[in-house]
Amino acid sequence: MSLRPADPQQVQEAIAWAAENRVPLAVQGAASKSALGRHAPCDEILDLSALSGVPFYEPEELVMTALVGTPLRVVEETLKASGQEMCFEPADYGPLLGRPAGLGTIGGVFACNISGPRRVKSGAARDYLLGAKAVNGRGEFFKCGSRVMKNVTGYDVCKLLAGSFGTLAAMTEVTFKVLPLPSEIHTVMILGLEDEQAVVAMTEALQSPYEVYGAVHLPKAAAARSSVESIRAAGKSITAVRIEGPNPSIRYCGGHLREMFHGRGALAGLDEPQSQIFWRELRDVTPFVPLRDRTIWRLSVTPSKGASVVREIEKQLDAEALYDWGGGLIWLAVEEHGSDRAMSDAGIIRRAVAHAGGHALLFRAAPDLRARLPVFQPQSEGAAALSLRLKESFDPQHILNPGRMYEGL
Amino acid sequence: MRMPVPDPRVLARRDDIARALRNILPADCVIADADGARVYETDALTAYRQIPMVVVLPRTTAEVSAVLSYCRREGVKVVPRGAGTSLSGGALPLADGVLLSLGKFNRVLEIDFPNRCAVVQPGVTNLAITKAVEHAGFYYAPDPSSQIACSIGGNVAENSGGVHCLKYGLTTNNLLGLEVVLMNGEVLRLGGKHLDAEGYDLMGVLTGSEGLLGVITEVTVRILKAPESVRGMLIGFSSVETAGDCVAAIIAAGIIPAGLEMMDRAAVQAAEAFVQAGYPLDVEALLIVELDGPEVEVDDMTARVQDVARQCRADLVRISTSDAERLLFWAGRKAAFPAVGRIAPDYYCMDGTIPRKRLSEVLRGIGELSRRYGLGVVNVFHAGDGNLHPLILYDANKPGDLERVESFGADILKLCVAVGGVLTGEHGVGVEKRDLMGVMFSETDLRVQQRIKCAFDPESLLNPGKMFPELHRCAELGRMHVHGGKVPFPDIPRF
Repeated sequence: MSLRPADPQQVQEAIAWAAENRVPLAVQGAASKSALGRHAPCDEILDLSALSGVPFYEPEELVMTALVGTPLRVVEETLKASGQEMCFEPADYGPLLGRPAGLGTIGGVFACNISGPRRVKSGAARDYLLGAKAVNGRGEFFKCGSRVMKNVTGYDVCKLLAGSFGTLAAMTEVTFKVLPLPSEIHTVMILGLEDEQAVVAMTEALQSPYEVYGAVHLPKAAAARSSVESIRAAGKSITAVRIEGPNPSIRYCGGHLREMFHGRGALAGLDEPQSQIFWRELRDVTPFVPLRDRTIWRLSVTPSKGASVVREIEKQLDAEALYDWGGGLIWLAVEEHGSDRAMSDAGIIRRAVAHAGGHALLFRAAPDLRARLPVFQPQSEGAAALSLRLKESFDPQHILNPGRMYEGL
Repeated sequence: MRMPVPDPRVLARRDDIARALRNILPADCVIADADGARVYETDALTAYRQIPMVVVLPRTTAEVSAVLSYCRREGVKVVPRGAGTSLSGGALPLADGVLLSLGKFNRVLEIDFPNRCAVVQPGVTNLAITKAVEHAGFYYAPDPSSQIACSIGGNVAENSGGVHCLKYGLTTNNLLGLEVVLMNGEVLRLGGKHLDAEGYDLMGVLTGSEGLLGVITEVTVRILKAPESVRGMLIGFSSVETAGDCVAAIIAAGIIPAGLEMMDRAAVQAAEAFVQAGYPLDVEALLIVELDGPEVEVDDMTARVQDVARQCRADLVRISTSDAERLLFWAGRKAAFPAVGRIAPDYYCMDGTIPRKRLSEVLRGIGELSRRYGLGVVNVFHAGDGNLHPLILYDANKPGDLERVESFGADILKLCVAVGGVLTGEHGVGVEKRDLMGVMFSETDLRVQQRIKCAFDPESLLNPGKMFPELHRCAELGRMHVHGGKVPFPDIPRF
């Protein structure tokens, strides 16, 4: 069954009813990411996609308020018309998760704290969420944060809601900071680097004063699946850094970065239109979309250790990697196995990640695996207990997306 | 200011408690005599003072944990303190509480340039982080004006800002990891050198929690490569309105300056008299704009800001030609508070944030309040992010002046909220704005926040009396009251 409230008041009524009757609700927007997280189905769906619209947008104040069900592309188009964007580059994981492209909602972006390649320079979705209205599992309608840039009044509840996958409250409205679009985006690339060399090059670029807005590495196999013709044609791995700004600045920074990379491999570049395509496909992890029979992991690790983590895993598993965030974000496609073997694969991956500092999310896998394996990184006993106390402070009866993140949460 | 009534049973056991703490810590890390403890009686909100029952200065995380476990077992309240520079009374001690100073946690533990971060103890000062990494051309971005003295642990507790927030964010946007000790003594390590949280963003909610949720014992911050070039501009206007319009126009032109400050006539005059920064004295409002990045980009932005200023009918545009000149532009702004200290016996610094475009309306409102209360006011403003700092002038020795100032200040903050702003942009709620929380938040909003407190500290022993106007028992807050749940949503479409 599916409940589709038409306004925040009805969201409150629906959750109050569910709380009274202890009915677990699957909270969702357009369900573009319903295959992400633990497989823990609920009898009732709370569908927030009817809460759509942009009641407030002031470009000169760099702030927008949107109802959670507003399609991401509507938000993006509205911003673009005023020369602005969401600087953290929300990804469209639809195709990677086996759904069509372009379905996602703005609420889903913040509920899952999704950030693209620019995260390494400009911050994550959570950094841009200024305020929210929401209904908790007690059926209480509340607000947190505000619409101004600088606010320390009370606890920063927005941070808790961002990335909580709808397990604490069903947001009805989000207010976020937006920024001007860069005048241009260009890309400097090194061809043919091994993973370790690539991480070193990306680290140096990110340590430089040359305004690097993204640093990614596509090993040869992933590069061969790029939709950018020149990258496919090169037949080599690609290490790419992104520069943004007014044209003179791009020329200046690009020149210095080329100098910095001199002698490490053949250098190439992408112009503005090609750069747009390239960084969008990296953002959406498009090179992994064709790998339909593989399990996809998302690893967040100490950036300088990215390549060694992958090497450690590759010793034991057949895996293909894609590096973002200068080595700090690794997409890993591993051979699909049945549940016992998959359990041991997860152990291999999580041990390697823990050793380097970070965590691993089982991003795409069959529902039965996502029901049996921990999808999110298992937490320390203390953090798990505190998370449970927080969950119960918002949702004492566990009716909002129960089990979506952790079993029992 | 009403604080929680001291518990006579705890006060009666004062000597036992001090003795027990001396068993946990070396004797010189426990201060129980009133003279020694008096040093800690106030923070930078000096209107409020209270000598703490006992002061402890633990040296390690294990000692912090042992102190908190003991206090929880014994039902003793604890007030954490960094450098004591809070402007909202966040570190105001309690008569029946242990004051826990992180003063001995003063080491930089690790600098990791490849991962662009530094791991430091909470007592390290904000500026010391930059000092520790500047030899390699790096810096730590948030720069509250107390940065010489304030500690990074306190910055985390207050989510401190500074003049570069518009472009570089607040403390919360520049953190990667925390070690924190909960009131039950449990030690949690959150985050690390990677870029996002694995579960709930516990680090995010701890940041800015004003010492009510846990005691920070280690901090991992992001450090940034210093920009190649930094340039300052002074832009003068004959009215506050046109200055405000110019701020909006700069941002509408797609430029995000590293700093964008505004001073009103009174602030300009006071600052110029104090430091001779070369400010024009015939303007009603002065903007200080700082642009940073590669030199060519700074050139480009400077030219564009100049165009915008001309279109906004600026009376004066001056561009720094050297770093010394740029720092001189800032010298006046950074000395604004002490400069105001010279023109009045005392001043009270407020800290509301407003939507930028309501600026002239709010300044007019503040002017009216100033006349009504008969107290002068000077305005400095982080114009880029809408954070307003009115300084109310008064004389603490005049009977009734402090009460009038507080009432004036409260009216300013209510005005900020009324135009869509907030009570505090960077100084925190503390004891100062605690009783105004209801202006901004509903009862339900506040209950949601107080239940978070319960999840971390169910007995409310950590820094009670701050942030929330009323202390509710957690059992009462946790009870379920479902309103309207019986009605099976008559109007909601079902599928």
